[in-house]
Amino acid sequence: MERKTQIQAETGKQDLLITREFELPVELLFKAYEDADIVAQWMGTKVLKLENRNHGGYVFETSDPKGNVLMRANGAIHEFVPNQRITRTFEMENGPFGITMEYLTFEAMGEDNSKLTMHVVYKSPALRDENLKLPFSYGVNMAHDRLQEVVANLKTTNHEQA
Amino acid sequence: MNLRRDVFQAIADPTRRAILLLVASHAMTAGAIAAQFDTARPTVSKHLSILTECELLKQEQNGREILYHLNPQKMKDIAEFIEPFRQFWDDRFNKLEDIMKNYKPKN
Repeated sequence: MERKTQIQAETGKQDLLITREFELPVELLFKAYEDADIVAQWMGTKVLKLENRNHGGYVFETSDPKGNVLMRANGAIHEFVPNQRITRTFEMENGPFGITMEYLTFEAMGEDNSKLTMHVVYKSPALRDENLKLPFSYGVNMAHDRLQEVVANLKTTNHEQA
Repeated sequence: MNLRRDVFQAIADPTRRAILLLVASHAMTAGAIAAQFDTARPTVSKHLSILTECELLKQEQNGREILYHLNPQKMKDIAEFIEPFRQFWDDRFNKLEDIMKNYKPKN
């Protein structure tokens, strides 16, 4: 099972670190955050607003096929440095875990690879844990299927070694 | 049924979580696991026995060695905690990577 994306969440802390290495030049990785059409594709959400500049902002909205809004999120972009970093707030409207601060760092790893580090700071450790425990509150509802998939993968791995 | 609570107590400790991540990739002996930590060997043994007691780890005799491996059934409880969150981001980032690998500049 691939472990490309890593989550570090120390007990009792109010932040978490999401890291991921990509087989993409850093410019392409950054473009995936900069271009509204591309953001919409990989986030699986509508991008209603994306002002990529210092003191800009964004609004995302996800609806079901019938048009009912499942999730709406917004934030202020504090700092926007192409191919290097984005510093922004994130708020899931009516969400249970408050407003977070997100520090996104984009690093080149040679010409063809890159690394994204997402440092997310919550208002309190309890709010962070709420978010961790409710991973699918972002509007994804296939938690159970994925869980089974994860467990099935673990099983396969163990059997192979037995 | 207080098993569930035990599982969460077990994973509240960062060292024990690190041990689970270690053996997630392949079964290991207590010695090999202990070698990954600065903590004293008896402390690691204690962690291993807690993880084994609440069935997150299983012991398996392999010749003269005892290997520790992850118990996939019990991992469901842990998975409910952080794995789906990781999986969620991993899926998203996989999608991002696929899209950008096929990206053609418009001009």
